[in-house]
Amino acid sequence: MKKNFKLYFTLFSSAFYISAFTIGGGLVIMPLLKKKFVDDLKLIEENEMLDYMAVAQSAPGVIAVNTSILIGYRIAGFLGAVATVLGTILPPLIITSIISVFYNAFKDNEIVAAVLKCMQSAVAAIIINIVFDLGGKIAVQKKIFPFIIMAAAFIAVFFYNVKIIYILLGAAALGVVNYYIMIRKNNNSLNKEKEDGK
Amino acid sequence: MIIFELFLIFFQIGLLSFGGGYAAVPLIEQHIIVDKGWLGFEEFINLITIAEMTPGPIGINTATFVGMQIGGILGAVVATTAYILPSFFIVLALAYLFNRYKSLNAVQGVLSGIRPCIVGLIASVGLSIFILSVYNESANSINFVMLFIFLASIALLRMYKKISPILIIMGAGLIGLCAYYLHLI
Repeated sequence: MKKNFKLYFTLFSSAFYISAFTIGGGLVIMPLLKKKFVDDLKLIEENEMLDYMAVAQSAPGVIAVNTSILIGYRIAGFLGAVATVLGTILPPLIITSIISVFYNAFKDNEIVAAVLKCMQSAVAAIIINIVFDLGGKIAVQKKIFPFIIMAAAFIAVFFYNVKIIYILLGAAALGVVNYYIMIRKNNNSLNKEKEDGK
Repeated sequence: MIIFELFLIFFQIGLLSFGGGYAAVPLIEQHIIVDKGWLGFEEFINLITIAEMTPGPIGINTATFVGMQIGGILGAVVATTAYILPSFFIVLALAYLFNRYKSLNAVQGVLSGIRPCIVGLIASVGLSIFILSVYNESANSINFVMLFIFLASIALLRMYKKISPILIIMGAGLIGLCAYYLHLI
């Protein structure tokens, strides 16, 4: 009993500490999780961690949370997953709640409004930069299918305000179709090579 | 009851945000601002800005903040919990499949469509925020201070890949202070 509790607490506190000191989103937290759970605590193998990161990126939601779920579950079952996730989400939950109180107190202040307004332009730049980053990764693959999806999704939501869930479902369906077309193409060209080789 | 609706909406958002926190942004925009009108678009951008600067994953920060604005502390807790709940089920299910079949081929097909889709959606929000910050609708004019900040930010971000977004936002805020006192805004 005691041993289990200590384990849960280790999971919780490790995740809490890492989350509290990570600013920003996405993959920033990954190397820190790896260092803690693979290197320091030696509770997980490195190749396991890589698998978790792959799965975490394939599922919806915050990557840090997804990884926490996998790490926690692997180490200490379902409760372990809960403990780790709690550790991950409590710092932002607490800190953001406190900040929102200040935000509401000051948001009508003229100076604060001006500062926030200027920050909007910066945020626009940050988001568009992310689009460049993600789009760049897709562009490198040099296939036309992703571009069509990107453009179609953009037009659908920006100009026509189509419900995002439908756009996602459509994209998912097209993705599956395209994926299997690609597989067939690859198989066909492989078969052709074999025949030519003869 | 708003709290219950908040739960449902963020559960749905959590279910659909493939690719992390930024994917949640267009979803929150559509569900909470456009559909329900619980938040104004400008306020929403302020929330993203602050979520960007505070510790923790941006998806969690945004869910917490939006929940807080709409339903107080309870709203914050409910929104955040609802947002991560789908992850629990899906992640563990995917992990099981991954272990069993040593690959996620069927999922890859789905993802090959969803990933570029998300990029397009985020681009849409980015453009909306850009237009809101730079274009002054009532005066039908462009705000050059904002435009400058945007161009400078984008230039810095492209040139210095590792630059912290917080620095950029703070820098913009500083310019805002100066501009305010110079009566430029």
